[in-house]
Amino acid sequence: MKKSVFFGALAATTLVSGMALAGTLDDVKARGELLCGSNTGLTGFGNPDASGNWSGFDVDLCRAVAAAVLGDPNKVKFIPTTGETRFTALQSGEVDMLARNSTWTASRDSELALDFVAVNYYDGQGFMVKKDLGVSSAKELDGATVCIQTGTTTELNLADFFKQNNITYQPVTVADDSEAQRQYLAGACDAYTTDASGLAASRATMPDADNHIILPEIISKEPLGPVVRHGDNNWGDVVRWTYYALLIAEEKGITKDNVEEVLASSTDEEVKRLLGASGDMGAKFGLDNAAFKNAIAAVGNYGEIFSRNIGEGTTINLARGLNALWTQGGLQYAPPFR
Amino acid sequence: MSETHAQTVTFVRDTMLPPVAPPVGERGAVKWLRENLFSTPLNIALTVLGVVAIWWLVSSSLPWWLNSVWNASSLGECRQIVAANAGEGATGACWAMIRERWHQFLFGFYPPSQWWRPILAFGLLFGALAPVLFAGQKRSLTVLLGAVLVFLLITLYLAGAPGVPFALAIALVLGMLALAQMQPGRLLWFTLIYPALCFWLLWGGSVWSPIVAMAGFGVLYAVFRLASPMIGLAPAAGVGIVVAVLWWLYAEGPVVSVVQGVLPFALQSINSDQFGGFLLAIVIGVTGIAFSLPIGILLALGRQSDMLIVKTLSVGFIEFIRGVPLITLLFTASLLLQYFLPPGTNFDIILRVIILVTFFAAAYLAEVIRGGLAALPRGQYEAADALGLDYWRAQRLIILPQALKVSIPAIVSTFIGLFKDTTLVAFVGLMDPLKGVTQIVRADINWKGIYWEPYIFVGVIFFVICFGMSRYSMYLERKLKTDHR
Repeated sequence: MKKSVFFGALAATTLVSGMALAGTLDDVKARGELLCGSNTGLTGFGNPDASGNWSGFDVDLCRAVAAAVLGDPNKVKFIPTTGETRFTALQSGEVDMLARNSTWTASRDSELALDFVAVNYYDGQGFMVKKDLGVSSAKELDGATVCIQTGTTTELNLADFFKQNNITYQPVTVADDSEAQRQYLAGACDAYTTDASGLAASRATMPDADNHIILPEIISKEPLGPVVRHGDNNWGDVVRWTYYALLIAEEKGITKDNVEEVLASSTDEEVKRLLGASGDMGAKFGLDNAAFKNAIAAVGNYGEIFSRNIGEGTTINLARGLNALWTQGGLQYAPPFR
Repeated sequence: MSETHAQTVTFVRDTMLPPVAPPVGERGAVKWLRENLFSTPLNIALTVLGVVAIWWLVSSSLPWWLNSVWNASSLGECRQIVAANAGEGATGACWAMIRERWHQFLFGFYPPSQWWRPILAFGLLFGALAPVLFAGQKRSLTVLLGAVLVFLLITLYLAGAPGVPFALAIALVLGMLALAQMQPGRLLWFTLIYPALCFWLLWGGSVWSPIVAMAGFGVLYAVFRLASPMIGLAPAAGVGIVVAVLWWLYAEGPVVSVVQGVLPFALQSINSDQFGGFLLAIVIGVTGIAFSLPIGILLALGRQSDMLIVKTLSVGFIEFIRGVPLITLLFTASLLLQYFLPPGTNFDIILRVIILVTFFAAAYLAEVIRGGLAALPRGQYEAADALGLDYWRAQRLIILPQALKVSIPAIVSTFIGLFKDTTLVAFVGLMDPLKGVTQIVRADINWKGIYWEPYIFVGVIFFVICFGMSRYSMYLERKLKTDHR
């Protein structure tokens, strides 16, 4: 009896708190502004420029959502969150969504009551070494000193990797990326390990980039994606399908520049549904029918976002790799839009 | 006599010899060196080691300073310029980053068209501090206010301040200068209204909200004055506080909107998330310092009180806050409070942080001041009693002036520590100058990989401010010195 009362109370509390938090979409519409939890600054993924305008790969996703929900990619406020404050900021309602390279893991999904709605970047932990070390595989790093940021999952991955391959290493712990780069360049460590995208950005800005190579081994899976609160499924759908709309746009060849043209001329039924020319798909999400068209018109398709911020041709110069569309051998795959 | 000698002695000096300079080893630089640097074998060894260390530091960093680049658009370009000027492999500082991003280190994301507001608030801060720092000293007051005037004239002009506020600000400082000549004591009135003025300048919005908020204090005072003859001091103060809180909670909003409707006058409002850099550090630091001192004094007195509840609460507060790291308190401000408050409540993060930083500093100050109170001889307390002074008069006239004077160095140390601790707000996602702004600058692909320059820039500014506080405390100690040691 006591137990059932307890569970009943618990369920009621959950329900109430769930109800209190439900309706992020309505909140955003009423506020007229999307609160986007961003990184405090990560090259290529999200950082403000000299005049305070945010740009980056993750930032563009928030802009797309703002364009879809509010019709204006600039109606978004970026709230910098640190590794420690990000999930609490989301849970407590301080931000509507997180787009700050957070790795999707089981415990974050279950225990922290978060929902990872998509994976917008498949990353993985890699190694960078100096060319003259003469190493071509991470398995040859026996006895090496390795620079590693403390308190991250990369530290655990590193230990696992060396243990599995039965080789030893000497960790040199550093606080952040800039310090790691400094220690590595000063020769305090033979190898520097962090997410491959971060390594590429570091390498690109080194004075002697050609003398450093990123080893082929990727020792962990780091699926990074936007996060919303658990239990607000409608809002999760909005964010998820805004992202998928950008993927479908790339698949169908819709770009920022030609979206109006495609809207006028396309005979592809899925494209017409996506852009709001037929059906009422937008309305089913509680959005304007032209919502996804607005998102694409605001930031371009996934490929454009990628190449503008981190892709080949930018200083960071990342290849699409796993982040290519499924049609081109990558993992980016959107369910059908119908 | 001289005749005799003239016969018997072949030579007698008849003029005074000019004094001969001391031997080379006993004068000037050589003597100083010998006595101070090479007096014993140990000192010789230490001197040599010291010189080697300085030589090593200077020779390794001097080229870096000399090759400084001020004009470039990215770190890569800096490196190219250094390589072109000083040869391949040379290192050089890239101050071009500071040149491009200095405003974020100072103002964060504060809109450039409104920069004149924090500048004006900063200048007037010294105007408000002047009568407190240099009470009744006409010359010092005049010098400080004159400096404020010059500072405001130059910086407001550079920041492109609009004409009307520019003229008003200058007129205000000129007025204060004139007042300083005639009735320096009256300047304290400006100090009293400064917090509201500063708040309005920095955050903007309707001018009436800070005025109506300040009116709450007026309500408190009026109630206190009316009620105290009838019900006594302490209950009157209690009633006054209750009425004032009611005023702030319920009357303030409607009154502001009504007055704003009749007399609209507002500045563009600026959100807290646009604050950053030294603007943020100084706002948190100065507010924390200004409020922690009175709270700290009350806590120190409370801890010595005979009243059980007051004493227990004071001890509990002090020991709890001192027993917890500041970062924990900041996380409490940023995270826990959000859980306790209903969803959607927007309790300004800077305000939350200021409150907890103030509590933190107040707990430390309370212990510092308790040390000062403990240093007073028992006779001082007894003398106050013998004069028939009540508790508050005794504290105000006899105990606290002496206790505070004794604790000046420790109090200023706490203030300096508090000001430097403001950089910890980076951990809750605020843009402090040291980590927050540096991180966003480094995240820019153009400046990624830059390391020493932001630290040096921020460090120099921190040093100037903290050194200033330290020198002032030494001046104050000299001025208040009454013993004849």
